[in-house]
Amino acid sequence: MTALLITAVSLLIFVVIFQISKASEYVAILKGEEHSRKQNNKINGFLMVVFLVLGLVGVWYCNEVLYDKTLLPYESASVEGERVDSMLWLTLAVTGFVFILTQIVLFWFAYKYQESETRKVYFFAHSNKLEAIWTVIPAIALTVLVVIGLRNWFLFTGEPPKEAMVVEVTGKQFGWIYRYPGKDGAFGKKYYKNIDNANNSLGLIWDDKLGHDDLVMEQTMYIVKGRPVKLIIGSRDVIHDVGLPHFRMKMDAVPGIPTTMWFTPKYTTKEMKEITGNPDFQYEISCDQMCGNGHYSMKGIIEVLDQAEFDAKMAGQSPYYYTSNPDKDPANAKADTVKTVAKPVELASKVTAKL
Amino acid sequence: MSNEAVLHAPAGAGLHDAHGDHHHEHHHETFISKYVFSMDHKMIAKQFLITGMVWAVLGGLMSVLFRLQLGYPESTFPFLEDILGKWAEGGKITPEAYYALVTTHGTVLVFFVLTAGLSGTFANFLIPLQIGARDMASPFMNMLSYWFFFAASIVMLSSMFVEFGPFSGGWTAYPPLSALAAASPGSGTGMDLWLIAMALFVVSSLLGGLNYIATVLNMRTKGMSMTRMPLTIWALFFTAVLGVLSFPVLFSGFILLIFDRNFGTSFYLSDIFINGVGALPNEGGSAILYQHLFWFLGHPEVYIILLPAMGMVSEILSVNSRKPIFGYIAMVGSLFAIAILAFLVWAHHMFVTGLNPFLGSVFVLLTLLIAVPSAIKVFNWLTTLWRGNIRFTPGMLFSIGFVSLFISGGLTGIWLGNSALDIHLHDTYFVIAHFHIVMGVASMFGMFAGIYHWFPKMYGRYMNNTLAYLHFWITLGGAYMIFWPMHYQGLAGMPRRYYDYSVWESFKQFAELNRFISTVAMIVFAAQLLFLFNFFYSVFKGRKVTSQNPYNANTLEWTTPINPGHGNWVGEIPEVHRWAYDYGKDGKEFYLSNHTSRSRRKQSLIFKTEFISVIIFQCSRITGALFLSKIRNDKIHRNQKTNSITSSSSQTKGLHVIDKVHLELYRGFFLCHLLFAGAKSGRIRLGHDYTAFCSRHANHR
Repeated sequence: MTALLITAVSLLIFVVIFQISKASEYVAILKGEEHSRKQNNKINGFLMVVFLVLGLVGVWYCNEVLYDKTLLPYESASVEGERVDSMLWLTLAVTGFVFILTQIVLFWFAYKYQESETRKVYFFAHSNKLEAIWTVIPAIALTVLVVIGLRNWFLFTGEPPKEAMVVEVTGKQFGWIYRYPGKDGAFGKKYYKNIDNANNSLGLIWDDKLGHDDLVMEQTMYIVKGRPVKLIIGSRDVIHDVGLPHFRMKMDAVPGIPTTMWFTPKYTTKEMKEITGNPDFQYEISCDQMCGNGHYSMKGIIEVLDQAEFDAKMAGQSPYYYTSNPDKDPANAKADTVKTVAKPVELASKVTAKL
Repeated sequence: MSNEAVLHAPAGAGLHDAHGDHHHEHHHETFISKYVFSMDHKMIAKQFLITGMVWAVLGGLMSVLFRLQLGYPESTFPFLEDILGKWAEGGKITPEAYYALVTTHGTVLVFFVLTAGLSGTFANFLIPLQIGARDMASPFMNMLSYWFFFAASIVMLSSMFVEFGPFSGGWTAYPPLSALAAASPGSGTGMDLWLIAMALFVVSSLLGGLNYIATVLNMRTKGMSMTRMPLTIWALFFTAVLGVLSFPVLFSGFILLIFDRNFGTSFYLSDIFINGVGALPNEGGSAILYQHLFWFLGHPEVYIILLPAMGMVSEILSVNSRKPIFGYIAMVGSLFAIAILAFLVWAHHMFVTGLNPFLGSVFVLLTLLIAVPSAIKVFNWLTTLWRGNIRFTPGMLFSIGFVSLFISGGLTGIWLGNSALDIHLHDTYFVIAHFHIVMGVASMFGMFAGIYHWFPKMYGRYMNNTLAYLHFWITLGGAYMIFWPMHYQGLAGMPRRYYDYSVWESFKQFAELNRFISTVAMIVFAAQLLFLFNFFYSVFKGRKVTSQNPYNANTLEWTTPINPGHGNWVGEIPEVHRWAYDYGKDGKEFYLSNHTSRSRRKQSLIFKTEFISVIIFQCSRITGALFLSKIRNDKIHRNQKTNSITSSSSQTKGLHVIDKVHLELYRGFFLCHLLFAGAKSGRIRLGHDYTAFCSRHANHR
């Protein structure tokens, strides 16, 4: 019923608008078309300025309302992210200046030079000087932005500091699996054909002793404040993306092609709760690459801890090898992988070499 | 006698026939040949336009539906179940349906509306009319181009009615999601149909594009040198070149995808375990390869959409400011620069795929370079307005709106093109805001500007101005209200393509804003209905055009009769004596009837430049071929040394032959080009010499 009513009302509004428009056409013919054209021209010219003013006020108002909801009021939660923020402010300054200038000029000219009988058009077909100016100035401004941007880019995509801890992140439809190398600091090899949702979610090769102390977790990833962390990112099925807005970082998870990302967290989750004033604050991992129907629910959580808290947390975990093979029966583990022993080792070593 | 026959008739007879033809044409044309399988470029343009408009309404409606979900995630709308059936059970759109809507909205608007609907309409309509030709180089191919597009439309539409719904993995269709039916319900039959539709679409756009290029190069009327062409034609020409060079790459990407989907190859697939299916046998493929192939079209595609709008806006701004377009050569140069750079920036869509950082840095540099020609264009448009005498026709209003949107959206491109900043903003709402403003809405404004401006030429009637003004102001304000706040959502890291944000601590704070945006989107959509109504009403009942040249414009389409028949000009095609933008020269308001021919010297200079550039171009190609063959030989020698395989000498020979063939081909090209350029400089046009028989003094009015 309401739908019908809404349709009827919109239809009515539509008809009214149309009738008025049609009538205005007849009026124009009565009054003289040239006259009414000029009148319309004045109205539209005036609206140009109105739009300019309202637009600029709107931009300001939008900023008032929404600025606090962005991440900008708080500092980046990673050391590297600060560079992103400073780049962002610089780019905003440059583009903001150009935006305001050109929009004002555009709408002001439109208003100022609206048709008038007294004005004679100025024949101005080209000027090399002017064109050179607005080729060179943008080029210089862009060079500055490119240079700064590329320095940051090479830092972000370069090697992390040596003391960095390493976590492997694997995306799947629709969730994240994290793996820590354990006490030996090295990951065991894996092969995707070993994947078994029941007890081997990453396809670890149990024959590889390096993997026996690896820790595997889901839901929450724990990292340490002030210690660089390097993520080795992969995917089990389709392309996902590890999006970390608070750390200003993002990297795709591509099946078959491991990628990496590193950053240094600055604040623990607890500190961040105070900074943002939000007791429910979490560092969220959002999947930023369309990955299927559950894309929107593919959420992971990062908890940044102090070193002591982190150590305690890790000590409480038992290695995946044991949880998956409670009986630790070597015959069972062997039967599982015997088919695929030759190729996977080769492949996995290739992968590690690439890293 | 068809138009083709006119075009291929002996030069002397052609003109006479064209004249006679025009008169008895009306008696012979049936409904089918006039409105359905028409070979008249003007009718084909209208077919593209109307089909494009149907798609625009469908695509717009889809966006309203998914905005409903975004704005009101907790509410249910019973009427949705009536429209969408099982896709909105209980009045709430399901995630599958949401993603299908998002995907189809993107595909349809990018390809069917803003490529076919924009280029297809205006290239068809304006190229022959503005360069002074009776029709396209191949009217038959032109007709095929439309019907392939129509077939693509039918297949795409039918994909919405298959069991598991249309494709739902985003318009970019990245594998493995798009390759594996088990990964997403839409990746089954829906994806097959999507691929077929896109393949048909590529065929359509190639047929069209080749035709546009051939027409612009070969069929310009006497005196219409390249440097006298209106900017619309330049823009449409570059657009066609972009399409012809990049669509085949997309096509090849799709072919590989079809192989992966149906024939068990592993071009894009490797190391995949799908829940419910298990580990797939495919190994060694690269999912990133598809992205390279896709974006090699995908980025030029942005300019395929944008350039025609730029061209039309340049033309309309100049006509209605009563001033020449400022910096014509710079405008053509910047179009050219944009067209070249369009091919060199595709990987800026892939900064976070893990691509080699060095490669990324090259793409940053090239991407931000595009800002330079874009800035030139903007400042030149502004200078065109400066000290003009502006008439706010609806077309002019939309052109001004285009410039405003192009500035706003273009500037955020500087943010996104800088890879380090893109890491933060990639795939967030910031990107949505950016490309909708600069590519979507701006090009749409270009299209509206074109429709309003050339409507009198298309249908011999005027559209209602009051409705047009209303349409403009609501759309401009609304577009900013919808997309401007999205920048802020992007700065908060809010990802694209989410069905529901309410479980996300970082993003649920935008619920109120989403509601606002959705509401505005609906109002703006309703305002488009004003336009639609205005359009169709005016086609049949609009005020009739009484003057041949209602805008006092300088371009050739306004020298045709008010309702031009097939063949466009009754009698001779006018000869062109000057540039398209001499408005206001020597203080004169209107210039069309005043003849001042450009000097012969300047003409011959142009030909000489063309001649020399052809020589330089071809020489560089030959050197390149020689160089390549040398590298190859070196490599083979090296391989021979390291592998010490003697039997590979036959292979070497084979490659040698290939290189030789290459070289011969290049030499052939070179000679052809020389002849071509020579013929041109000798003032002998290839084909369609009837223009030579036109009178030297075309009376334009």
